[in-house]
Amino acid sequence: MKNTDIAVVDYGMGNLRSVAKALEHVAPGKSVVISSNPDEIASANRVVFPGQGAMPDCMRELDARGLRAAVLEAANNKPFLGICIGLQMLFEHSEEGDAAGLGLFKGQVRRFATADMHDRHGDKLKVPHMGWNQVYQSRGQGRAPHALWQGIEDGARFYYVHSYYVQPDELSLVAGYSEYPNSFTSAIAKSNLFAVQFHPEKSASAGLQMLSNFVNWLP
Amino acid sequence: MLAKRIIPCLDVTDGRVVKGVNFLELRDAGDPVEIAKRYDDQGADELTFLDITASSDNRGLILHIIEQVASQVFIPLTVGGGVREVEDVRRLLNAGADKVSINTTAVLNPQMVADAAQRFGSQCIVVAIDAKKVDNQPFEWEVFTHGGRKATGLDAVKWAQHMASLGAGELLITSMDRDGTKIGFNNPLNKAISDAVEVPIIASGGVGNLQHLVDGVKLGGADAVLAASIFHYGEYTVKQAKQYMAQQGIEVRI
Repeated sequence: MKNTDIAVVDYGMGNLRSVAKALEHVAPGKSVVISSNPDEIASANRVVFPGQGAMPDCMRELDARGLRAAVLEAANNKPFLGICIGLQMLFEHSEEGDAAGLGLFKGQVRRFATADMHDRHGDKLKVPHMGWNQVYQSRGQGRAPHALWQGIEDGARFYYVHSYYVQPDELSLVAGYSEYPNSFTSAIAKSNLFAVQFHPEKSASAGLQMLSNFVNWLP
Repeated sequence: MLAKRIIPCLDVTDGRVVKGVNFLELRDAGDPVEIAKRYDDQGADELTFLDITASSDNRGLILHIIEQVASQVFIPLTVGGGVREVEDVRRLLNAGADKVSINTTAVLNPQMVADAAQRFGSQCIVVAIDAKKVDNQPFEWEVFTHGGRKATGLDAVKWAQHMASLGAGELLITSMDRDGTKIGFNNPLNKAISDAVEVPIIASGGVGNLQHLVDGVKLGGADAVLAASIFHYGEYTVKQAKQYMAQQGIEVRI
Protein backbone atom coordinates (compact mmCIF):
# COMPACT_ATOMS: atom_id res chain seq x y z
CA MET A 1 0.00 0.00 0.00
CA LYS A 2 1.25 3.44 -0.87
CA ASN A 3 2.02 5.64 2.12
CA THR A 4 -0.20 8.59 2.80
CA ASP A 5 1.58 11.75 1.67
CA ILE A 6 0.22 14.11 4.30
CA ALA A 7 -1.58 13.16 7.52
CA VAL A 8 -3.45 15.84 9.44
CA VAL A 9 -3.59 14.69 13.06
CA ASP A 10 -7.18 14.56 14.32
CA TYR A 11 -7.62 14.33 18.08
CA GLY A 12 -11.22 15.49 18.06
CA MET A 13 -10.59 19.18 18.73
CA GLY A 14 -11.92 21.73 16.32
CA ASN A 15 -12.20 21.98 12.64
CA LEU A 16 -9.59 20.29 10.49
CA ARG A 17 -11.39 20.67 7.19
CA SER A 18 -9.86 24.07 6.49
CA VAL A 19 -6.35 22.72 6.93
CA ALA A 20 -7.01 19.66 4.76
CA LYS A 21 -8.68 21.71 2.02
CA ALA A 22 -5.82 24.17 1.87
CA LEU A 23 -3.29 21.30 1.66
CA GLU A 24 -5.29 19.65 -1.12
CA HIS A 25 -5.34 22.97 -2.93
CA VAL A 26 -1.54 23.39 -2.90
CA ALA A 27 -0.75 19.69 -3.43
CA PRO A 28 -3.32 18.47 -5.96
CA GLY A 29 -1.52 15.22 -6.75
CA LYS A 30 -0.95 14.18 -3.14
CA SER A 31 -3.07 12.22 -0.73
CA VAL A 32 -4.19 14.21 2.30
CA VAL A 33 -5.92 12.34 5.12
CA ILE A 34 -7.40 13.58 8.37
CA SER A 35 -6.39 10.81 10.73
CA SER A 36 -6.68 9.73 14.34
CA ASN A 37 -4.98 6.42 13.62
CA PRO A 38 -1.45 6.24 15.10
CA ASP A 39 -0.32 3.72 12.47
CA GLU A 40 -1.52 5.91 9.62
CA ILE A 41 0.26 8.92 11.12
CA ALA A 42 3.41 6.85 11.62
CA SER A 43 3.43 5.77 7.99
CA ALA A 44 2.64 9.19 6.47
CA ASN A 45 5.43 11.04 4.68
CA ARG A 46 4.51 14.37 6.25
CA VAL A 47 2.49 15.30 9.31
CA VAL A 48 0.47 18.40 10.06
CA PHE A 49 -0.43 18.93 13.71
CA PRO A 50 -3.17 21.55 14.04
CA GLY A 51 -5.19 22.49 17.08
CA GLN A 52 -8.02 24.65 18.27
CA GLY A 53 -9.68 25.18 21.59
CA ALA A 54 -8.08 24.97 25.02
CA MET A 55 -4.72 23.29 25.48
CA PRO A 56 -5.69 21.12 28.50
CA ASP A 57 -8.56 19.66 26.43
CA CYS A 58 -6.25 19.17 23.45
CA MET A 59 -3.70 17.26 25.55
CA ARG A 60 -6.40 15.14 27.13
CA GLU A 61 -7.98 14.24 23.79
CA LEU A 62 -4.60 13.52 22.22
CA ASP A 63 -3.85 11.02 24.97
CA ALA A 64 -7.36 9.59 24.95
CA ARG A 65 -6.72 8.59 21.33
CA GLY A 66 -3.26 7.21 22.05
CA LEU A 67 -1.65 9.68 19.66
CA ARG A 68 1.14 11.11 21.82
CA ALA A 69 3.82 8.66 20.69
CA ALA A 70 2.92 8.98 17.00
CA VAL A 71 3.04 12.79 17.17
CA LEU A 72 6.39 12.82 18.98
CA GLU A 73 7.82 10.28 16.56
CA ALA A 74 6.72 12.41 13.60
CA ALA A 75 8.01 15.62 15.21
CA ASN A 76 11.43 14.04 15.58
CA ASN A 77 11.71 12.29 12.25
CA LYS A 78 9.72 13.67 9.31
CA PRO A 79 8.56 16.96 7.83
CA PHE A 80 6.24 18.23 10.55
CA LEU A 81 4.14 21.38 10.65
CA GLY A 82 2.48 22.49 13.90
CA ILE A 83 -0.29 25.06 13.71
CA CYS A 84 -1.69 27.22 16.57
CA ILE A 85 -2.28 24.92 19.59
CA GLY A 86 -0.21 22.41 17.60
CA LEU A 87 2.73 24.76 18.22
CA GLN A 88 1.87 25.39 21.86
CA MET A 89 1.55 21.68 22.71
CA LEU A 90 5.18 21.08 21.74
CA PHE A 91 6.33 22.98 24.83
CA GLU A 92 6.61 21.96 28.48
CA HIS A 93 3.81 23.84 30.08
CA SER A 94 0.92 26.24 29.43
CA GLU A 95 -0.63 28.82 31.71
CA GLU A 96 -3.92 27.79 30.13
CA GLY A 97 -5.43 25.47 32.71
CA ASP A 98 -1.92 24.91 34.17
CA ALA A 99 -1.48 22.15 31.58
CA ALA A 100 1.58 20.07 30.79
CA GLY A 101 2.46 19.92 27.11
CA LEU A 102 4.43 17.33 25.15
CA GLY A 103 7.68 18.80 26.41
CA LEU A 104 9.55 18.44 23.14
CA PHE A 105 10.96 21.94 23.71
CA LYS A 106 11.79 23.76 26.89
CA GLY A 107 9.63 26.80 27.49
CA GLN A 108 6.25 28.11 28.54
CA VAL A 109 2.97 29.04 26.92
CA ARG A 110 1.74 32.36 28.30
CA ARG A 111 -1.42 34.42 28.06
CA PHE A 112 -1.43 37.94 26.65
CA ALA A 113 -1.81 40.44 29.45
CA THR A 114 -5.28 41.89 29.14
CA ALA A 115 -5.12 45.10 31.08
CA ASP A 116 -3.80 48.18 29.38
CA MET A 117 -2.59 46.75 26.12
CA HIS A 118 -2.62 49.44 23.46
CA ASP A 119 -1.21 49.79 19.98
CA ARG A 120 0.79 52.80 18.87
CA HIS A 121 -2.40 54.62 17.90
CA GLY A 122 -3.63 54.23 21.47
CA ASP A 123 -6.31 51.68 20.48
CA LYS A 124 -7.15 49.06 23.08
CA LEU A 125 -5.74 45.67 22.11
CA LYS A 126 -8.21 42.82 22.51
CA VAL A 127 -7.71 39.22 23.55
CA PRO A 128 -7.97 36.94 21.60
CA HIS A 129 -5.41 38.43 19.24
CA MET A 130 -7.59 38.03 16.17
CA GLY A 131 -6.87 39.10 12.63
CA TRP A 132 -4.00 39.80 10.27
CA ASN A 133 -0.65 40.72 11.75
CA GLN A 134 2.82 41.06 10.30
CA VAL A 135 5.20 38.16 10.69
CA TYR A 136 8.89 39.00 10.73
CA GLN A 137 11.23 36.23 9.70
CA SER A 138 14.20 35.53 11.96
CA ARG A 139 17.29 35.40 9.84
CA GLY A 140 20.63 34.65 11.42
CA GLN A 141 23.57 36.57 10.02
CA GLY A 142 24.64 35.13 6.71
CA ARG A 143 21.99 32.39 6.90
CA ALA A 144 19.44 31.92 4.17
CA PRO A 145 15.83 32.25 5.32
CA HIS A 146 14.14 29.00 6.29
CA ALA A 147 12.73 27.01 3.36
CA LEU A 148 9.18 27.59 4.62
CA TRP A 149 9.56 31.36 4.15
CA GLN A 150 10.47 30.93 0.50
CA GLY A 151 8.52 33.36 -1.69
CA ILE A 152 7.01 35.09 1.35
CA GLU A 153 7.85 38.71 2.01
CA ASP A 154 9.44 39.47 5.38
CA GLY A 155 6.67 41.19 7.32
CA ALA A 156 3.84 39.57 5.33
CA ARG A 157 0.52 39.42 7.16
CA PHE A 158 -0.92 36.13 8.40
CA TYR A 159 -4.24 35.41 10.11
CA TYR A 160 -4.15 34.82 13.85
CA VAL A 161 -6.66 33.85 16.47
CA HIS A 162 -5.23 33.01 19.90
CA SER A 163 -4.92 34.21 23.47
CA TYR A 164 -1.70 32.38 24.38
CA TYR A 165 1.76 32.45 22.84
CA VAL A 166 4.93 30.40 23.25
CA GLN A 167 8.04 31.56 25.05
CA PRO A 168 10.86 29.14 24.12
CA ASP A 169 13.91 28.90 26.40
CA GLU A 170 16.13 28.32 23.39
CA LEU A 171 16.13 31.47 21.29
CA SER A 172 17.71 29.59 18.40
CA LEU A 173 14.31 27.92 17.85
CA VAL A 174 12.67 31.21 16.86
CA ALA A 175 11.97 31.39 13.13
CA GLY A 176 9.52 34.28 13.19
CA TYR A 177 7.90 36.81 15.46
CA SER A 178 5.05 39.31 15.58
CA GLU A 179 4.12 42.20 17.84
CA TYR A 180 1.08 42.48 20.10
CA PRO A 181 2.11 44.97 21.41
CA ASN A 182 5.35 43.30 22.51
CA SER A 183 7.29 40.90 20.38
CA PHE A 184 6.22 37.27 20.68
CA THR A 185 7.40 34.09 18.97
CA SER A 186 5.10 33.22 16.07
CA ALA A 187 7.16 30.54 14.34
CA ILE A 188 9.77 28.03 15.46
CA ALA A 189 12.01 25.73 13.45
CA LYS A 190 14.30 22.85 14.28
CA SER A 191 15.61 20.39 11.70
CA ASN A 192 12.52 18.61 10.28
CA LEU A 193 10.04 20.60 12.34
CA PHE A 194 8.36 23.93 11.71
CA ALA A 195 5.50 25.28 13.79
CA VAL A 196 3.50 28.48 13.64
CA GLN A 197 1.05 30.32 15.86
CA PHE A 198 -0.92 31.80 12.94
CA HIS A 199 -3.17 29.93 10.52
CA PRO A 200 -1.52 29.48 7.12
CA GLU A 201 -4.68 27.70 5.91
CA LYS A 202 -6.62 30.96 6.39
CA SER A 203 -3.93 33.42 5.36
CA ALA A 204 -4.73 33.82 1.66
CA SER A 205 -1.75 33.78 -0.71
CA ALA A 206 1.00 34.06 1.93
CA GLY A 207 -0.48 31.10 3.81
CA LEU A 208 -0.89 28.97 0.70
CA GLN A 209 2.71 29.74 -0.23
CA MET A 210 3.84 28.48 3.18
CA LEU A 211 1.78 25.28 2.86
CA SER A 212 3.13 24.75 -0.63
CA ASN A 213 6.66 25.20 0.74
CA PHE A 214 5.86 22.64 3.41
CA VAL A 215 4.58 19.95 1.07
CA ASN A 216 7.71 20.34 -1.07
CA TRP A 217 10.11 20.70 1.84
CA LEU A 218 13.04 18.27 2.01
CA PRO A 219 14.66 18.96 5.39
CA MET B 1 0.78 45.82 14.02
CA LEU B 2 -2.56 44.05 13.94
CA ALA B 3 -4.72 45.32 11.08
CA LYS B 4 -8.33 46.42 11.39
CA ARG B 5 -10.43 44.05 9.34
CA ILE B 6 -12.94 44.69 6.55
CA ILE B 7 -15.61 42.02 6.23
CA PRO B 8 -18.07 41.95 3.33
CA CYS B 9 -21.34 40.28 4.29
CA LEU B 10 -23.28 38.10 1.84
CA ASP B 11 -26.92 37.14 2.25
CA VAL B 12 -27.92 33.60 1.45
CA THR B 13 -31.46 32.32 1.01
CA ASP B 14 -32.57 28.86 -0.10
CA GLY B 15 -28.99 28.05 -1.02
CA ARG B 16 -28.46 31.13 -3.22
CA VAL B 17 -26.36 34.20 -2.61
CA VAL B 18 -28.74 37.08 -3.15
CA LYS B 19 -28.85 40.80 -3.03
CA GLY B 20 -31.87 42.94 -2.59
CA VAL B 21 -33.00 46.32 -1.43
CA ASN B 22 -34.31 46.06 2.12
CA PHE B 23 -35.16 42.41 1.64
CA LEU B 24 -37.40 43.23 -1.33
CA GLU B 25 -36.84 41.83 -4.76
CA LEU B 26 -34.11 39.41 -3.84
CA ARG B 27 -32.06 38.62 -6.88
CA ASP B 28 -29.29 36.13 -7.48
CA ALA B 29 -26.02 37.87 -6.90
CA GLY B 30 -24.12 35.27 -8.88
CA ASP B 31 -22.02 32.21 -8.23
CA PRO B 32 -21.01 32.12 -4.54
CA VAL B 33 -17.47 30.97 -5.26
CA GLU B 34 -16.98 33.70 -7.86
CA ILE B 35 -18.28 36.36 -5.50
CA ALA B 36 -16.14 35.11 -2.63
CA LYS B 37 -13.08 34.97 -4.88
CA ARG B 38 -13.71 38.50 -6.08
CA TYR B 39 -13.78 39.82 -2.51
CA ASP B 40 -10.73 37.75 -1.62
CA ASP B 41 -8.86 39.22 -4.61
CA GLN B 42 -9.87 42.71 -3.53
CA GLY B 43 -8.31 42.05 -0.13
CA ALA B 44 -11.29 41.19 2.09
CA ASP B 45 -9.98 40.04 5.46
CA GLU B 46 -12.84 37.65 6.12
CA LEU B 47 -16.25 36.86 4.65
CA THR B 48 -19.54 36.55 6.48
CA PHE B 49 -22.49 34.61 5.09
CA LEU B 50 -25.83 35.37 6.63
CA ASP B 51 -28.52 32.77 6.07
CA ILE B 52 -31.82 34.63 5.69
CA THR B 53 -33.78 31.55 4.58
CA ALA B 54 -37.29 31.79 5.96
CA SER B 55 -38.11 28.10 6.02
CA SER B 56 -36.10 25.82 8.26
CA ASP B 57 -36.52 23.10 5.60
CA ASN B 58 -34.12 24.89 3.28
CA ARG B 59 -31.64 26.10 5.83
CA GLY B 60 -29.26 23.18 5.31
CA LEU B 61 -28.72 24.37 1.74
CA ILE B 62 -26.16 26.92 2.91
CA LEU B 63 -23.82 24.03 3.72
CA HIS B 64 -23.23 23.43 0.01
CA ILE B 65 -22.28 27.04 -0.52
CA ILE B 66 -19.86 26.98 2.38
CA GLU B 67 -18.32 23.74 1.16
CA GLN B 68 -17.77 25.17 -2.31
CA VAL B 69 -16.36 28.46 -1.07
CA ALA B 70 -14.12 26.87 1.57
CA SER B 71 -12.38 24.67 -0.98
CA GLN B 72 -11.45 27.68 -3.12
CA VAL B 73 -11.10 30.70 -0.86
CA PHE B 74 -8.58 30.60 1.99
CA ILE B 75 -9.57 33.41 4.32
CA PRO B 76 -11.76 33.06 7.43
CA LEU B 77 -15.44 32.37 6.75
CA THR B 78 -18.18 33.15 9.25
CA VAL B 79 -21.72 31.85 8.91
CA GLY B 80 -24.73 33.16 10.80
CA GLY B 81 -28.50 32.88 10.70
CA GLY B 82 -30.70 30.13 12.06
CA VAL B 83 -28.04 28.60 14.32
CA ARG B 84 -30.06 26.95 17.09
CA GLU B 85 -28.12 24.03 18.47
CA VAL B 86 -24.56 22.93 19.09
CA GLU B 87 -25.17 20.42 16.29
CA ASP B 88 -25.82 23.30 13.85
CA VAL B 89 -22.43 24.73 14.79
CA ARG B 90 -20.76 21.38 14.16
CA ARG B 91 -22.38 21.02 10.73
CA LEU B 92 -21.29 24.49 9.65
CA LEU B 93 -17.72 24.00 10.88
CA ASN B 94 -17.55 20.65 9.11
CA ALA B 95 -18.71 22.29 5.90
CA GLY B 96 -15.75 24.64 6.12
CA ALA B 97 -16.91 27.61 8.21
CA ASP B 98 -14.26 28.94 10.57
CA LYS B 99 -16.64 30.81 12.83
CA VAL B 100 -20.34 30.55 13.53
CA SER B 101 -22.43 33.50 14.55
CA ILE B 102 -25.21 32.97 17.10
CA ASN B 103 -27.93 35.56 17.51
CA THR B 104 -31.47 34.84 18.73
CA THR B 105 -30.52 31.51 20.27
CA ALA B 106 -27.96 33.22 22.49
CA VAL B 107 -30.84 35.12 24.10
CA LEU B 108 -33.25 32.18 24.28
CA ASN B 109 -30.62 29.73 25.49
CA PRO B 110 -27.36 31.36 26.64
CA GLN B 111 -26.05 27.98 27.75
CA MET B 112 -25.81 27.00 24.09
CA VAL B 113 -23.10 29.67 23.63
CA ALA B 114 -21.16 28.25 26.57
CA ASP B 115 -21.60 24.68 25.30
CA ALA B 116 -20.50 25.54 21.77
CA ALA B 117 -17.47 27.50 23.02
CA GLN B 118 -16.53 24.64 25.33
CA ARG B 119 -16.80 22.08 22.55
CA PHE B 120 -15.27 23.94 19.60
CA GLY B 121 -13.30 26.75 21.22
CA SER B 122 -14.11 30.42 21.67
CA GLN B 123 -12.21 31.28 18.50
CA CYS B 124 -15.09 30.02 16.37
CA ILE B 125 -18.02 31.40 18.39
CA VAL B 126 -19.28 34.84 17.43
CA VAL B 127 -22.30 36.22 19.25
CA ALA B 128 -24.34 38.64 17.15
CA ILE B 129 -26.09 41.36 19.12
CA ASP B 130 -28.85 43.43 17.51
CA ALA B 131 -29.31 46.59 19.55
CA LYS B 132 -31.65 49.55 19.39
CA LYS B 133 -31.67 52.83 21.28
CA VAL B 134 -34.57 52.93 23.72
CA ASP B 135 -36.02 55.50 26.10
CA ASN B 136 -38.20 53.24 28.24
CA GLN B 137 -35.34 51.46 30.04
CA PRO B 138 -32.74 52.44 32.65
CA PHE B 139 -30.08 51.87 29.97
CA GLU B 140 -29.45 53.31 26.53
CA TRP B 141 -29.37 50.35 24.14
CA GLU B 142 -31.59 47.28 24.31
CA VAL B 143 -30.99 43.87 22.75
CA PHE B 144 -33.58 42.81 20.17
CA THR B 145 -34.08 39.42 18.54
CA HIS B 146 -35.94 38.00 15.54
CA GLY B 147 -34.46 40.51 13.15
CA GLY B 148 -35.12 43.44 15.44
CA ARG B 149 -38.80 42.71 16.09
CA LYS B 150 -38.67 41.41 19.66
CA ALA B 151 -37.43 43.44 22.61
CA THR B 152 -35.64 41.42 25.26
CA GLY B 153 -35.32 43.84 28.19
CA LEU B 154 -31.56 43.25 28.13
CA ASP B 155 -28.99 46.02 28.32
CA ALA B 156 -26.80 45.57 25.21
CA VAL B 157 -23.57 46.51 27.02
CA LYS B 158 -24.17 44.14 29.93
CA TRP B 159 -25.31 41.44 27.53
CA ALA B 160 -22.08 41.80 25.56
CA GLN B 161 -20.07 41.32 28.75
CA HIS B 162 -22.14 38.29 29.67
CA MET B 163 -21.68 36.68 26.26
CA ALA B 164 -17.91 37.22 26.38
CA SER B 165 -17.83 35.65 29.84
CA LEU B 166 -19.70 32.59 28.52
CA GLY B 167 -17.06 32.07 25.85
CA ALA B 168 -17.92 34.20 22.81
CA GLY B 169 -14.60 34.93 21.11
CA GLU B 170 -15.94 37.91 19.18
CA LEU B 171 -19.07 40.08 19.12
CA LEU B 172 -20.90 41.30 16.03
CA ILE B 173 -22.80 44.45 16.97
CA THR B 174 -25.59 45.55 14.64
CA SER B 175 -27.40 48.78 15.28
CA MET B 176 -31.03 48.19 14.31
CA ASP B 177 -31.53 51.97 14.16
CA ARG B 178 -28.84 52.27 11.54
CA ASP B 179 -29.18 49.07 9.52
CA GLY B 180 -30.01 49.96 5.92
CA THR B 181 -29.90 53.71 6.55
CA LYS B 182 -26.47 54.45 5.08
CA ILE B 183 -25.88 57.14 7.70
CA GLY B 184 -23.00 55.36 9.44
CA PHE B 185 -22.45 52.96 12.34
CA ASN B 186 -23.81 53.66 15.78
CA ASN B 187 -20.40 54.60 17.14
CA PRO B 188 -21.43 55.44 20.73
CA LEU B 189 -23.02 51.98 21.06
CA ASN B 190 -19.98 50.24 19.59
CA LYS B 191 -17.60 52.28 21.72
CA ALA B 192 -19.51 51.48 24.91
CA ILE B 193 -19.33 47.76 24.16
CA SER B 194 -15.74 47.80 22.91
CA ASP B 195 -14.62 49.50 26.12
CA ALA B 196 -16.60 47.07 28.26
CA VAL B 197 -15.26 43.80 26.85
CA GLU B 198 -11.90 42.21 26.21
CA VAL B 199 -12.85 40.40 22.99
CA PRO B 200 -12.82 41.96 19.50
CA ILE B 201 -15.98 43.60 18.19
CA ILE B 202 -17.26 43.87 14.63
CA ALA B 203 -19.32 46.96 13.84
CA SER B 204 -22.30 46.45 11.55
CA GLY B 205 -25.29 48.36 10.25
CA GLY B 206 -25.48 51.69 8.49
CA VAL B 207 -22.43 51.99 6.27
CA GLY B 208 -23.01 54.35 3.34
CA ASN B 209 -19.54 55.59 2.53
CA LEU B 210 -15.88 54.98 3.27
CA GLN B 211 -15.64 57.62 5.98
CA HIS B 212 -18.19 55.58 7.93
CA LEU B 213 -15.72 52.69 8.03
CA VAL B 214 -13.03 55.02 9.35
CA ASP B 215 -15.40 56.41 11.97
CA GLY B 216 -16.35 52.88 13.01
CA VAL B 217 -12.75 52.25 13.95
CA LYS B 218 -11.75 55.66 15.25
CA LEU B 219 -14.94 56.67 17.04
CA GLY B 220 -16.56 53.30 17.65
CA GLY B 221 -13.48 51.35 18.74
CA ALA B 222 -14.32 48.55 16.30
CA ASP B 223 -11.70 45.89 15.61
CA ALA B 224 -13.45 44.99 12.35
CA VAL B 225 -16.08 46.61 10.16
CA LEU B 226 -18.77 44.72 8.29
CA ALA B 227 -20.60 46.05 5.26
CA ALA B 228 -22.83 44.65 2.56
CA SER B 229 -24.43 47.04 0.10
CA ILE B 230 -21.51 49.43 -0.50
CA PHE B 231 -19.55 46.47 -1.83
CA HIS B 232 -22.30 44.48 -3.54
CA TYR B 233 -23.48 47.27 -5.78
CA GLY B 234 -19.99 48.17 -6.88
CA GLU B 235 -20.02 51.57 -5.19
CA TYR B 236 -16.63 50.76 -3.74
CA THR B 237 -14.26 47.84 -3.87
CA VAL B 238 -12.77 46.45 -0.69
CA LYS B 239 -9.42 47.65 -2.00
CA GLN B 240 -10.67 51.23 -2.29
CA ALA B 241 -12.03 51.00 1.23
CA LYS B 242 -8.67 49.84 2.53
CA GLN B 243 -6.77 52.51 0.66
CA TYR B 244 -9.04 55.16 2.11
CA MET B 245 -8.68 53.78 5.63
CA ALA B 246 -4.90 53.64 5.25
CA GLN B 247 -4.88 57.30 4.14
CA GLN B 248 -6.76 58.12 7.33
CA GLY B 249 -4.03 56.47 9.39
CA ILE B 250 -5.73 53.13 10.04
CA GLU B 251 -3.63 49.98 9.92
CA VAL B 252 -5.04 47.68 7.22
CA ARG B 253 -3.81 44.69 5.24
CA ILE B 254 -3.14 45.87 1.69
